[in-house]
Amino acid sequence: MTFNYFEHDLASLHNQLVNREITATELTEATIDNIANTDEQLQAFISTNPDEALAQAKLIDEKGNFDNVLTGIPVGLKDNLATKGIQTTGASHILEGFKPIYNATVVEKLSNSGAVSVGKTNMDEFAMGGSTETSYYKKTTNAWDHSKVPGGSSGGSASAVAGGQVPFALGSDTGGSIRQPAAFNGIVGMKPTYGRVSRWGLFAMASSLDQIGPFTRTVKDNATVLSAIAGFDAHDSTASQREVPDFSAKLTGDVKGLKIAVPKEYFGEGIDPKVAKQVKAAIAQLEALGATVDEVSLPHTKYGVAAYYIIMSSEASSNLQRYDGVRYGFRADDVKNLEDLYVKTRSEGFGDEVKRRIMLGTFSLSAGAYDAFFKKAAKIRTLLIEDFNKVFEKYDVIVGPTAPTVAYGLGEEVDDPTAMYLADVLTIPVNLAGLPGLSVNAGFVDGLPVGLQIIGKPFDEETVYQTGYAYEQASHLFDQHPDIAKKY
Amino acid sequence: MGTGNFETTIGLEVHVEMQTNSKLLSPSPVHYGDEPNENTNVIDFGYPGVLPVANKGALEYGMRVALALHATVSPFIRWDRKNYFYPDNPKAYQTTQSQTPIGTNGYLDVTLEDGTVKRVRIKEMHVEEDAGKNTHGSDGYSYVDLNRQGTPLIEIVSEPDIASPEEAYAYLEQLRQAVLFTGVSEAKMQEGQMRADVNISIRPYGSDTFGTKVEMKNINSFNYVRNALIFEEKRQAEVLRAGGEIRQETRRYDEPTKSTILMRVKEGADDYRYFPEPDLSPVVIDQTWIDEVAASLPKSAGDRRNHYVNDLGIEPYDAEVLTQTLAMANFYDDTIAAGADPKRAANYLIGDVNAYMNKHQVELQDTELTPEHLAGMVKLIEDGTISTKQAKQVFEAIMTGEEPETFAKAHGLVQLSDPDVLLAWITEVLDNNPQSIEDFKGGKDRATGYLIGQLMKMSKGQANPSVLNKLLLAELNKR
Repeated sequence: MTFNYFEHDLASLHNQLVNREITATELTEATIDNIANTDEQLQAFISTNPDEALAQAKLIDEKGNFDNVLTGIPVGLKDNLATKGIQTTGASHILEGFKPIYNATVVEKLSNSGAVSVGKTNMDEFAMGGSTETSYYKKTTNAWDHSKVPGGSSGGSASAVAGGQVPFALGSDTGGSIRQPAAFNGIVGMKPTYGRVSRWGLFAMASSLDQIGPFTRTVKDNATVLSAIAGFDAHDSTASQREVPDFSAKLTGDVKGLKIAVPKEYFGEGIDPKVAKQVKAAIAQLEALGATVDEVSLPHTKYGVAAYYIIMSSEASSNLQRYDGVRYGFRADDVKNLEDLYVKTRSEGFGDEVKRRIMLGTFSLSAGAYDAFFKKAAKIRTLLIEDFNKVFEKYDVIVGPTAPTVAYGLGEEVDDPTAMYLADVLTIPVNLAGLPGLSVNAGFVDGLPVGLQIIGKPFDEETVYQTGYAYEQASHLFDQHPDIAKKY
Repeated sequence: MGTGNFETTIGLEVHVEMQTNSKLLSPSPVHYGDEPNENTNVIDFGYPGVLPVANKGALEYGMRVALALHATVSPFIRWDRKNYFYPDNPKAYQTTQSQTPIGTNGYLDVTLEDGTVKRVRIKEMHVEEDAGKNTHGSDGYSYVDLNRQGTPLIEIVSEPDIASPEEAYAYLEQLRQAVLFTGVSEAKMQEGQMRADVNISIRPYGSDTFGTKVEMKNINSFNYVRNALIFEEKRQAEVLRAGGEIRQETRRYDEPTKSTILMRVKEGADDYRYFPEPDLSPVVIDQTWIDEVAASLPKSAGDRRNHYVNDLGIEPYDAEVLTQTLAMANFYDDTIAAGADPKRAANYLIGDVNAYMNKHQVELQDTELTPEHLAGMVKLIEDGTISTKQAKQVFEAIMTGEEPETFAKAHGLVQLSDPDVLLAWITEVLDNNPQSIEDFKGGKDRATGYLIGQLMKMSKGQANPSVLNKLLLAELNKR
């Protein structure tokens, strides 16, 4: 028995659970069937945990308390979020079989809300990539066209939600890893403000950029999930102490008087004209709803990719040093001495993209290169932040495309890292500045979804959601489903 | 100083473990001597996804040391990562402060053997985390114990102001005492709570460039440091005299041969790829915070010694003994504050209490003795309630936690000083011994001795001898 999530948002699922029209156990069983039914096409999950999920659902039904809006609702978790006793690999060979002994804070929070985790979604290895193709385990496909990439690095989570396997999922975003796969799959993905969500238990790629966020089919659902996972955490010194507002507060459909800035750099070279046209149409729709729209400039945008790849790879090179084969995870055989253990374990345990970034980062931090690379990148980061600050003095949100193109074919770009890196140009500045960024579906080009990115002031997710919701309600694009929807 | 035609330059980097309750970046307890990996959690093990939270107390302890060494406390602290692979370093980076040391430009005035005082400048101090411990078993396996991993350290880096092994020894001893009196560490050498990295170079007198440095790491005995430096001074001089060159190398001290042994030749500096720790927020240290920490800083050993000698009339040597540990000095101060006579209290601490500690192999804080009880006993002696002889029993009792006055009373250890009681006995004894009165009048001193003996017998030894003596003489003269 499968369940058709395309016909229900979280509020609807919640009502059915409250009214006993369906039980948590039935919903969990159906979700497991959904995955069994479609994962041959989608390849979204690295692992599923039906036993644990059903045990939890049974407990929820026995208790019968559905006060929390997420209680009894299944969720997919990106496989870089620590789940106690359940394999968490970061899609890397080096953590094959690794079962954390603690839960990530977001996992704990969802579990406390009663959400039922059914499995761990595929991703680029240690979240390094934009197509989920660097995963050691499998290649996930786009929910709209299984010959196309789902985007990345949170491609598994995006595909699982867009493909109707689960009602929502969590991902992580370091340079666009939630927003870009959300765009490629025509769903809603939020990268919250840096510090809004605790990173405790997120396998770090770049600590100053990483942030966890939700994938959903609607903006309202997204706001609901973010409310459940946001907030201060004593485990994370970079988690904000700010109170978590009601992210649904401004979901009225009204954007009259909202001041929207459109950076001209976001429609520059490298942006597919068809994508640009679609996004401009979406912006026109927001204007028609009463928002004011002005073109602005974010002059340092073009330096963002270079600065990002230096900062990200530097932090990653340090963060990934702990995978040394000494305490957990994969350890190479036949080692002669300590150095051999390190070299062999890491050579065999990591894939090419991870090695590439470790080398890039190690170089950028080395004594002779630090000033010219890491330090300069940090300065560019400051300039990018100042660019945004200036615009936000006058405007409420910044909008533009999420990605320069729609989803490309599997295998098309995986051997061209530079092209892949450049595709992050529109999402990267948001991470460098620590801002909230949302991607919502803005229609289709050649049958593939296009993403509209909405960027807000720090900790102003409310206005970002307000904008996304108004557009979504006006466009009603969520009524369009991929073919795979017919399988439920 | 120096050897032959060479002068010696020594720099010391001293690491002291700070005894906070929990580790620098995790809530695991800081405790020595437990089962391997007992005091660890997922953070200490460098599990994927874990994050550090900086211990504010460790930062304050670091500020204490900075203030005690007259350093400038940095107004802004940023943590840095020092990257290197080793099994005792589970994250493969050490969290330290390379760019923003907690303290800079300090100094320690070191009293040398000839009594002169030398100021050794301290370049900077860093708060950082200690590594775990690797041990290599006889079974062919290596074992990693992460109990020590993450223990907060204060690293104290001297300028190359030290000119001889003896100066280095004096500096270390007096640095240890300075740190002890900040209360952040007991700096127990045998538990590795204080370790020194040493570098030494020599150059011909008059040369304006330093010679090539040789480094020795992690020496946990001041004697070893001295021996290693003495050997190294000679070795380097011999190499240079023979026309050789000193290489930049790391050596280790070998105690059995009292020599240093080459470990590796350094080719260029190590590249630790320092960069700002993105998982920890920078810390702003304002003057109010510094003032608060300064107010909580215990008085230094030197200040206390001056006070004991100048204000309390304690002998300089005794003052030295009383300030050997912070525990002893604090105990002494508290005993005085509880009203004890300073000299008598000092004598007890230096004599009987120290002897007790040695005999039972315990630290002062491990005994049942309290400053109030010691002061109580001293007061009983001072006011004549008990004799110094009786005090011996009372002392044994207060060492096991008994209240001195209660104990003395319960065991009849009370001197009788009441003149009315004593006079009655004196009258009785004199009436019964007319011959003794005659003898006294005739100038025989022995007579009083006999009479006192009789009186002590009557009082069952409880009469206060000095009061008794005074009253007896007065009575004899009346007859």
